[in-house]
Amino acid sequence: MEKNLEVIQITETRSAGTEPKAQFLRGVQAGIPIAIGFIPCAIAFGLLSRSAGIPIYIGGLMSFMVFAGASQFVAVNLIMLSTSFGEIVLTTFILNLRHLLMSASISQRMDENISKKFRALLAFGVTDETFTMATMQKEEKLDPFFILGLNLTAFSAWNIGTWIGILAGSALPETIQASMGITLYVMFIGLLVPSFRKSLPIAVVALTAIVIHSVLMWVPFLPKLSTGWNIIIATVIAAFLGALLFDKGSDKS
Amino acid sequence: MKYGFLLLVFMLLVTYIPRMLPLVLLRDIKLHPFFDRFLKFIPPAVLGALIFPGILTSTGNLASAIAGGIAALILALFNINLTLVVIGGILSALLYQILIM
Repeated sequence: MEKNLEVIQITETRSAGTEPKAQFLRGVQAGIPIAIGFIPCAIAFGLLSRSAGIPIYIGGLMSFMVFAGASQFVAVNLIMLSTSFGEIVLTTFILNLRHLLMSASISQRMDENISKKFRALLAFGVTDETFTMATMQKEEKLDPFFILGLNLTAFSAWNIGTWIGILAGSALPETIQASMGITLYVMFIGLLVPSFRKSLPIAVVALTAIVIHSVLMWVPFLPKLSTGWNIIIATVIAAFLGALLFDKGSDKS
Repeated sequence: MKYGFLLLVFMLLVTYIPRMLPLVLLRDIKLHPFFDRFLKFIPPAVLGALIFPGILTSTGNLASAIAGGIAALILALFNINLTLVVIGGILSALLYQILIM
């Protein structure tokens, strides 16, 4: 009898949420702007790794195994400069360390019932773009199948673009390619700015991060750190101030 | 190519482990409300830090980057669909790029 009850409860929580397939497709749809931004960027990466003389399979596998845009470009540059193994790995680590914060943040938006295995799978797809797209959704709790669809779309676009770049070997016209470089930035603007109208704390935190990053970058006499560190420091200070200044409730509209 | 596949494995490890540990380990931990609020503010803080000043060098031309950024800002303020914000931003940057050539 008790076992039966348990079964009923499981099916009820299942049907209470939206169907996995529908959530997955919602995620794929949300991933389309990311894909638009990733493909030209990945083509550029493929071209760079090709022209750097890196074996085709290494360039292709890097997108498949590492899946972290900026650090892949940096790694290829460092390989070209014959930098040491340890230095490339350390640089990759520092550039991607911010995903630690994102992973912690997204874990608070996911249901406890979601298994550790599923979480470990979703973690592979945590990037600046998928993370911000997921967490700027209205829902308090994020559906794992939504994130799966989102991540898979972004991952596919990144890998397809990489292979186009590696194999085609010829770029888009330069003007178009340069303009496409802005794609992910304008996507970030499109994700962030509408939330300003709903929540003052969100606006304050975001603007604080902008000011801190600018200070770190431009104020003379400050130690010049890599972009990876600058983003981490700006994010941590701004989110910390936000948590200090705005107590619960007030971060909701 | 000196390092090859082994380099990829190490890059995978140092990238994946920070992405994976918090998601897996924080599942069963009840966080202090302050830390919880801190984590809730990570998304807007990350977005701010990513957008600026990075956007200024995104097109290789300061003026076209500003043009694209401002166009996106205006479209986003009007709460227009995200894909249209993205397309509007790219087109503005492109248009500027073509005009100045």
